[in-house]
Amino acid sequence: MNKAPESFPEFDIPVTVAEEFTGNVTPLLHEIRHAVQALLAEGETTTIDMRSMPLAPGEETRIETLLGEGEIRVELNALGRSDIIETRFPGVWLITHRNTEDVILGKHIQISFIPDILKAQQRDIEAGLEQLSSELQTEPVNDSGEKP
Amino acid sequence: MTQIKLPRHHDQETVGEALRRQGISRRGFLKFCATTASLMALPPAMIPRIAEALENARRPAVIWLSFQECTGCTESLTRSHAPTLEGLIFDAISLDYHHTLQAAAGEAAEAAREESMKENHGNYVLVVDGSIPLGNPGYSTIAGISNVDMLKEAAEGAAAIIAVGSCAAFGGLPQADPNPTGAVSVADIITDKPIINVPGCPPIPVVITGVLAHFLTFGGLPELDELGRPMAFYGQSIHDRCYRRPFYDKGQFAETFDDEGAKKGWCLYKLGCKGPTTYNACAVTKWNDGTSFPIEAGHPCLGCSEPNFWDAGGFYEALSTPTEKIARTAVYAAAAGAAVGVAAGALNAASKKRAISQHQTTTLDDLTPEAK
Repeated sequence: MNKAPESFPEFDIPVTVAEEFTGNVTPLLHEIRHAVQALLAEGETTTIDMRSMPLAPGEETRIETLLGEGEIRVELNALGRSDIIETRFPGVWLITHRNTEDVILGKHIQISFIPDILKAQQRDIEAGLEQLSSELQTEPVNDSGEKP
Repeated sequence: MTQIKLPRHHDQETVGEALRRQGISRRGFLKFCATTASLMALPPAMIPRIAEALENARRPAVIWLSFQECTGCTESLTRSHAPTLEGLIFDAISLDYHHTLQAAAGEAAEAAREESMKENHGNYVLVVDGSIPLGNPGYSTIAGISNVDMLKEAAEGAAAIIAVGSCAAFGGLPQADPNPTGAVSVADIITDKPIINVPGCPPIPVVITGVLAHFLTFGGLPELDELGRPMAFYGQSIHDRCYRRPFYDKGQFAETFDDEGAKKGWCLYKLGCKGPTTYNACAVTKWNDGTSFPIEAGHPCLGCSEPNFWDAGGFYEALSTPTEKIARTAVYAAAAGAAVGVAAGALNAASKKRAISQHQTTTLDDLTPEAK
C-alpha cells in the first residue's frame, strides 16, 4: 500500500459557505419576536421546526449562538435524550430531540411560558400513583423510612 | 386528502398501547409525535392531533414486494442507525412479507404472504420497489411467479399501494434506453387502486416512513402532485429550498469542481445541477440522519426523483446545454436573478427530450468542461 502523503492540499475543497448566508437567519429572529409578542398579548404558544427551512452550513449554529442560553437547562430522558434550554430571551425555548444513539431527530424553537413536553402528563401521573400505592402495600415503610 | 379505509389488524393493539408496552412514557410519546410531525413535514401545531390519532391507530398489515431492483431502497430504509424514529414506525406496523428482511424463506415466506393477503384482504398496504418486466416474464420471478402476476394478485386485495423508489414509480434504471426487459412502473399496470409514488434513487428513508406515518395517523392518502408524489415531500424543488440559491440569484456559479467558486460554495448549476427541475425533500430533510445532501457535499443534484432522469442527458451538463445557450443563460442569471429559472426550465424540457431520443451517455469529459 502506498504511504499517504501528510497533507492533501490539492483536495482541499471546502463545501461550506464562507461569507454568504441564505438570508433566513434575520427573518427567523423576527418570526420569534412576533411570536413573543403573541405570547404576551394572547398567551399563544408558537413552535418553529428548525428543519423546515433551508439553512446553510453554520447557520443553525449562528441562530443558536444569537439566541444564547438563559437561566434554565433541562434534560429529558425519554426515547433518548432531549435538551430543553431557555434562551437568553425568556419564553423562547430551544428544544433538541435525540434518539438513544444521540442522533438529533428534531430541533424546535418553542415560544411559550413553559414547554408542553415538560409538564407531567395525566397518564404518567396515574401510572406513578398506582406504582407508589402498590409499593406501599407490598413493602410498607415506618416513619423513619425503614422497612419493618 | 383522499380518504380510504385504513388498513387495520383489529385483533392487534394500538400504536399508543404498543409504545406503552415498551415502557415509553407519555412524554416519550409526545416526543415521538413531535418528531413524527417533523418527519411528515407538518407544522408543529399539528402535534396534538397527531398524538390523538396515533394513540388510537391500529397497526396496519404491510406486504412489501421487490421486483427488478437493486435493494437500494430497502438499504436506504434500514441503514439508519437503530433505534430510530423509522424503527419506531416499523414497530407500529405489521410487516408480514419482505423477502430481504424476513426470516422465513422459500415456501414458508410465500405462505406468509398468502396468509396475510387472505386475512387482511382489502385492508393491507402493498409496498413495491423495483420495476416490472413485461418483455419476458423469466427476467424476474419470485418463487416461480412472474413479477407482473405477483403484483396483480397482491394489488387486488390492497387498500393502497406505495411505489417506493424511481423504479417502481417510473420504471427506473431498468427502463433506461433500450429498456431490454420491457420494464414498466406499478402505475403502468395497476390502474384501479390508489398509488402513492415515492421516487428517488433511493428515496430518503424518512420520506418512506413519513408516508407510512401518514397512513397510521390520518388513515388516508396524503395530497399528491400530478406524478402521484406526496406534496409534503415533493411539493418544492431542490432549487427553491437550496441554501446555495442566493448564489444562483446573483449569477455566482462554480465552473469546475475545484475552482474558486466551488471552494466558496457557489451554485452548481453550470456543473449540471438538476435542482431547478427536481422535486424532492433532500435540501431540507437531508441524508445520513440529517447530516448533509449531495449539493452540500459539493456535487450537483442528479434529479433522481424525476421520471427518465437516467436518459435525460449528461449528469454534468447544465440544464441549458447542449449548444451555446449556457453562456446566454449565465448572463441572464447575473442580470435577472431568479427569472432565469423560467428560461432554464423551458430549455431543460427541450434538452431532456432531445437527450432521451439521442440516448446521450456520460463520459469523463463531462467532468472537465474545458475539454469540451
